[in-house]
Amino acid sequence: MDTQPLDPLLKLTQTLLDGFAVGGMYALIALGYTMVYGILKFINFAHSDVFTLGAWVSWVLAVRVLRLDGVADAGGAPLWAVPIVLLGAMLACGTVGFLIERLAYKPLRAAPRLNVLITAIGVSLLLQNVGQLRVVFGPYPKSMPPLLPDVTLLHVAGVRVPVVDVLVIGLPLVLMLGLEWLIFRTRVGLAMRAVSYNPQTAALMGVNVNRVISFTFVLGSALAAAAGFLYALKYVGLKQPADTTWVMLGLKAFVAAVVGGIGNVRGAMLGGFAIGLLEFLGVAYLEPLYRDVYVFAVLILVLLFRPAGLLGRATVEKV
Amino acid sequence: MSAAASSSRAADGGWVPALRSGAPVLVAVGLGLLMHFAVQPAVGAFKARVLIDIGINIILAVSLTLVNGFTGQFSIGHAGFMALGGYAAGALSYYGSIRLFGSAAFNGGVVSWTASQGTFGGPWVGGGDVLFVAACLTGGLVAAGAGYLVGLPSLRLRGDYLAIVTLGFGEIVRVVLQSTPAQLSQAADVAAAPWPLLTLKLGGALGFIGLPFYTTLFWVYLVVGLTLAVAIRLKRSSYGRAFLAIREDEVAAEALGVHTTRYKVRAFVLAAFLAGVAGALYAHLIGSINAGELGFQKSFEVVIMVVLGGMGSVSGSTLAAIVLTLLPELLRSVTGTINTHLPREYELPDLRMIIYSLALILMMILRPQGFCGLREIWDWRIGRRRRPT
Repeated sequence: MDTQPLDPLLKLTQTLLDGFAVGGMYALIALGYTMVYGILKFINFAHSDVFTLGAWVSWVLAVRVLRLDGVADAGGAPLWAVPIVLLGAMLACGTVGFLIERLAYKPLRAAPRLNVLITAIGVSLLLQNVGQLRVVFGPYPKSMPPLLPDVTLLHVAGVRVPVVDVLVIGLPLVLMLGLEWLIFRTRVGLAMRAVSYNPQTAALMGVNVNRVISFTFVLGSALAAAAGFLYALKYVGLKQPADTTWVMLGLKAFVAAVVGGIGNVRGAMLGGFAIGLLEFLGVAYLEPLYRDVYVFAVLILVLLFRPAGLLGRATVEKV
Repeated sequence: MSAAASSSRAADGGWVPALRSGAPVLVAVGLGLLMHFAVQPAVGAFKARVLIDIGINIILAVSLTLVNGFTGQFSIGHAGFMALGGYAAGALSYYGSIRLFGSAAFNGGVVSWTASQGTFGGPWVGGGDVLFVAACLTGGLVAAGAGYLVGLPSLRLRGDYLAIVTLGFGEIVRVVLQSTPAQLSQAADVAAAPWPLLTLKLGGALGFIGLPFYTTLFWVYLVVGLTLAVAIRLKRSSYGRAFLAIREDEVAAEALGVHTTRYKVRAFVLAAFLAGVAGALYAHLIGSINAGELGFQKSFEVVIMVVLGGMGSVSGSTLAAIVLTLLPELLRSVTGTINTHLPREYELPDLRMIIYSLALILMMILRPQGFCGLREIWDWRIGRRRRPT
């Protein structure tokens, strides 16, 4: 950006803002990892690809369906574009998440966890490479049109905050509050917590376990789609669906879930922001080339010294 | 595969112990010489290149079988070890050649020379070959050291966490190697710089280029023979039984006195060593190495070979490595033929990864133990089962 040295306070504020913005996306993705882990006890490797799908579906809706690619010159996109694209992406990814669980994971419900992990890697590779097909998204990077006007909404300590950043930081918070309510205040949430605690007992108590698992996948995928939508809004240059960038984003979100304590919904939110801030502080004040290294170093440290994560409970393997 | 199998069957025959333990080396050298002097002139340069690719993939797949198959762990960062080995070996052979011979040009003997490069009147084994072997061993040792460093703390982790840590490791290796300083190309600069500094100048994002070409069918199939012999003998040894015990039930293995972490680390270190050697062979095959090409996609390719071939079957993963190396060539010609009849809009893309991923999913649903499971191909042919699976 600027070539002259930044004012230290300005730099810090900008770094924190960027960290929070990306942290919110990590948190949204991490929620999907952690909810699935809480219930099925396996890492849904394909989750990062659902996030990618969310970003690309947003692009398809904005450019191919709503024909908004010229809006930058035509005075901005209409106001209803943001909610329509967001809900469309969430709906599409929710459906895909449902199908993935039904077709790939459900037949393996009783299989060893390693087999499910391998299946998940297979699903991940399948989503990436189907996305690369010319009839789907194509093998080239694309550019997302600006759905929001480039207006500065407020200034924080001298840093201008455009309306995009307000949405990118605000939407995850709103969605997380909603999720918190859903999981801890509703009957569905109670059923989810029951299945996570003990699926057999929950089934005996009359919980429809299969339906709860499907619901969890739909919910997690929809949250990942929201993160993908926000990512496309903030970083408008979308890499092709099988690009390493997407996998790294998904992996960092997974690290966020582990750091927070996998299986713990509040931990995933905390971990998301922690990883986002850590990454951007490292880039701003240490060496920017190593931005991926910091996150994995934290993962290894957490796994060594506090394997259950910040908010998780340690479990003992029983024989 | 068949050569190594015959060697171990010969070993059952009660030869003198020295010959018995040396037999795999003789067989591996024989296999290498056979491929180099008999097969290569017969098949031509292109098919020889495919055979070399197959060999390198066999080394990778069989080495990963030690960890993912025998020991039941799940490593998905194997390409990271390959990259480390390739860079370490490349640094030694490139800077070593410049220091010893004045330039990074080929300085080997007949065993490192392919007929397609023209006739060659040099010695059987040149000074460059010695350097090349030293480079391969160094590459293996560097990768093994990294395997130890990664393995020791992270092998206390259970399956899926370990998978993520190895994936993270592979990506860290890639990022670090891609941000190394530019390489030195002037002989005077190389002579002036001390060795520790030289090992850091690895070309960064552009890749480490200009390495001498030494990898031939001889070297590749020498290593393939040794790898297969090690893997098959390991599986029948007390070490191998400890690995298999960990795979079946870690808690029970520990109760029976298997030091699980120590054995897991040993499997990891051995696999990393072999992957490092494979990386060294790869680097000296194409004359350069770029960590950007050895990301998790390459790791997943090796994992797919192991999973489809059979988790714990040496012959199964060998077979899978052969098939999965030939498949893209086959697919390319098939889609190429179809595409000539299709308009540009509807041309078929590279379907390889879509087929692989579907095969992976279907295999897990229909036959989760892989094509061969834990058994070897000759277990069927002879009609006996060594151990129930």
